[in-house]
Amino acid sequence: MAKITAGVATSHVPAIGAALDSGKSGDDYWAPLFAGYAFSKEWIAREKPDVIILVYNDHASAFSLELIPTFAIGCAEEFSPADEGWGPRPVPKVIGHPALAWHLAESLILDEFDMTIVNRMDVDHGLTVPLSLMFGQPEAWPCKVIPLAVNVVQYPPPSGKRCFDLGKAIARAVESFPEDLKVMVFGTGGMSHQLQGPRAGLINKDHDNAFLDRIVSDPVAQSKVAHLDYVREAGSEGIELVMWMVMRGALHETVRQVHRFYHVPASNTAVGHLILENPEP
Amino acid sequence: MIEKPYHDVPGTILFDAEQSRLGYHLNMFCMALMKAENREAFKADQRVFLDRYPMTEAQKQSVLDRDWNGMLALGGNIYFTSKIAATDGLSFQQIAAIMSGVSQPEYAAMMLAGGRSIEGNRSKKEQTRG
Repeated sequence: MAKITAGVATSHVPAIGAALDSGKSGDDYWAPLFAGYAFSKEWIAREKPDVIILVYNDHASAFSLELIPTFAIGCAEEFSPADEGWGPRPVPKVIGHPALAWHLAESLILDEFDMTIVNRMDVDHGLTVPLSLMFGQPEAWPCKVIPLAVNVVQYPPPSGKRCFDLGKAIARAVESFPEDLKVMVFGTGGMSHQLQGPRAGLINKDHDNAFLDRIVSDPVAQSKVAHLDYVREAGSEGIELVMWMVMRGALHETVRQVHRFYHVPASNTAVGHLILENPEP
Repeated sequence: MIEKPYHDVPGTILFDAEQSRLGYHLNMFCMALMKAENREAFKADQRVFLDRYPMTEAQKQSVLDRDWNGMLALGGNIYFTSKIAATDGLSFQQIAAIMSGVSQPEYAAMMLAGGRSIEGNRSKKEQTRG
């Protein structure tokens, strides 16, 4: 039987990918950020997930305004890194797990989450930067990845509660998959940042640290936070944090926090990172 | 009608239904810049390239003027308009500096010092109270 063992949350700032790809990760500006992921790389090399369900958002790469799915699940055999205007990132192709992805799609739809099924999709920095942060620069990603794209570009995104409940439904679906698989769920995006208009550059450390506390210890309360509060306190793009709620919903009510990291800035953004383990059965 | 309490957040235009309807063609023009041949065509004659899209004259002018805040007001979305910046060889931080009215070094220094403070930036009401 498949089992969710842990959740990982991390920001997915494009400049982090660019720094890594251009060999700048040791620079004074970037070294403290990558240092925050040193433990994480060791941890995931030890834990060896078979599959990651990676919750992220597309940034006008695979989806434009022609089609805006609120929740989309990638069921393809593989996904290529997207050309975001500077050529695709020099990272390996992302290999999917169609059997589990289709099982998730079927289970989630019958569980009243009306997923969009995607059979062809390029994946942008939202998905590949978290993989780079956790695995570095391997020849091939060491596990299968199921992309789960959440719309956070067209307002309104799904509510924090809806994301949290989707996570719970994902947990139910994974547990009913017959193959023995070690599954992790990643929630990505955030933390506080605003990329647009006169308020660009907004960072709210107090908000972010309170969020990091609360998503671990009182996720039900966090799931009730309204969009307006995210926008006001964490910035217009900080609302990406609702995607962390999918990860949290997929874990048990009580989890073990094995790592927490917070850093400002990465380009325009505050970076947050958590590793949470489900208790052993 | 759905209320829009987020209009109270200063210096921020949420890309809601109203903005999305307004900016559809502007954003789809930006999307075309994902392709190298379109970037070349746009750079060769910006006006001719813009005329391929049924955008308003004000939208076209905001692109020609690189009026980044103007584009957002006319329905542009930052993830789309940033493709114009990429075409121009500008970084995200460079346009963020322009949109917030400071030089790029000033903006970079602000970010290194912890970013723009939330204090005084939560609400327009708070700002008018001073």
